[in-house]
Amino acid sequence: MKTYSKVYLTVIFALLYAPIVVMMFFSFNEGQSLAVFSGFSLKWYKEFFKDSVAMNALWNTFLLAVLSSLISTLIGTFAALGIDRMRNKKLKNAVMMGTNLPMVNPDIVTGISLMLVFVFIGRIMLFDHALNFWTLLIAHVTFNLPYVIMSVLPKFKQMDKHLVEAALDLGCTPTQAFYKVELPSITPGIMTGAIMAFTLSLDDFVISNFTSGVDFQTLPMYIYSMTKKTVKPDMYALSTLIFIVIFILLVIINLPSKEERAIKKKKGKRRSV
Amino acid sequence: MNKIADPRSFDHARRRRFAQTFTATPHIVWMLIFIIVPMILVVYYSFTDKNGQFTLDNFKTFFGSDYSTVFLHSICFAFIATVISLLVAFPLAYFISRTKPRTQKILIMLIMLPMWTNFLIRTYSLMTIIETNGIINNFLASIGLPRIQMINTGGAVIFGMIYNYLPYMVLPIYTVMEKMDNRLIEAASDLGCNGWQVLTKVIIPLSSSGIVSGITMVFVPCVSTFYISQKLGGGKYQLIGDAIERQFQQAYNYNLGSALSFVLMILIFISMMLMNHFDKESEAASV
Repeated sequence: MKTYSKVYLTVIFALLYAPIVVMMFFSFNEGQSLAVFSGFSLKWYKEFFKDSVAMNALWNTFLLAVLSSLISTLIGTFAALGIDRMRNKKLKNAVMMGTNLPMVNPDIVTGISLMLVFVFIGRIMLFDHALNFWTLLIAHVTFNLPYVIMSVLPKFKQMDKHLVEAALDLGCTPTQAFYKVELPSITPGIMTGAIMAFTLSLDDFVISNFTSGVDFQTLPMYIYSMTKKTVKPDMYALSTLIFIVIFILLVIINLPSKEERAIKKKKGKRRSV
Repeated sequence: MNKIADPRSFDHARRRRFAQTFTATPHIVWMLIFIIVPMILVVYYSFTDKNGQFTLDNFKTFFGSDYSTVFLHSICFAFIATVISLLVAFPLAYFISRTKPRTQKILIMLIMLPMWTNFLIRTYSLMTIIETNGIINNFLASIGLPRIQMINTGGAVIFGMIYNYLPYMVLPIYTVMEKMDNRLIEAASDLGCNGWQVLTKVIIPLSSSGIVSGITMVFVPCVSTFYISQKLGGGKYQLIGDAIERQFQQAYNYNLGSALSFVLMILIFISMMLMNHFDKESEAASV
């Protein structure tokens, strides 16, 4: 790498990480200020685990992310199968356009449009609270679906269709052929889709803001209500913990596998010869 | 050959394929109820008043008052933020794509990592850095320099947008650049192109699809944001997202709020069409 590109990368990464470094630093602050450091302490970490509202919000966020990613992965995978088999080009295009709409639309429009539907249905059914946990879950599944379909659909397209025919010829029932041949080859796509859905759901604030009721609060919403006044450093402590967990996970995923290391060794030897 | 020779199995495969299309039914039903119907409702609300009567008043309010200024503001801010993001991300993606594969992996991971930290917290933390009594100003004051007004300016809002959405510009551009053949660049310079010509005639045309998706991925969230402007603009710079949020969360005027969203959707639709048009043109030119 040339020097100027190194300098450029360093500057951009420094800017990108400055707020995160500040956040981590002040999570260890003794005082409540987020600008003046008065001494090292782990007070805010203890505080967070005692904060029942925050813990509840964290639990809600995980529950919602698990449920919505499971439901959207299930519906989305079968949808990808169906879309892949569609012969009618017009129908296929119409379905794809509808599917992509939440990806193209700004989050705020998706959020308010869902809110309008929920309020509308609530009025017809005479609910006391039109918005609740279920509306939030529906909203999350809705914005997750296109991402799941987007990651599974290409796997169907890449799959060798003759494999299924071979399985059927060799005596598999259609259901067996699906589970034994098709499912294993689309599994990576399903995994990517599920992980994407899970992280999108964890992080979503805008759509949740419009589609949730008062009785079910997720972490981003809790943080939002806090940032209207002042943020307690225990939120910094929590974000630091989340950051570290994700960092470790990413490092583990990216560690060179045994095979990669073996290949590297071979290459190294060849070079030295 | 065998397949065609046995008409029964051919028929069977077709029937199987037809049956499988129905696995998309739950999704299609879900899509109709929770994507299509909501869009229709937005249009319906924007053309009616509180009593459900047809009216164009919502749009008159939009064009006749501050809302059109708010709209222009949003477009302007988002446009500037998108252009700067592109100018920053393009060399960044290029430099990353020219490093060793292992380094590339690490650098891209570092680009994505901040996106997993809640963006509200990151923006709030940014605010504490540039506040009047924030970290930078405290530092300036401690070495005897005057404090600078950074928060509650248009620049702060734009900086916040760039900071939050830069990864969305870097990733698609990097993805196309990573696949770019280094030999093409070498060939161009061997054949007498200078650095500028290599950039404009080889690198940019080859990465145009990444640039186009980067631009849409940054412009759309920038133009519709409502948190960044509240925190970093101090309410001075109201954007279209703020206006929509207020109609739905405080004023409870769903009709006006829907009309604003409708105009926002049209705007984004038009800019997407424009971008796709450019993309096709540049593809045609590069062939």
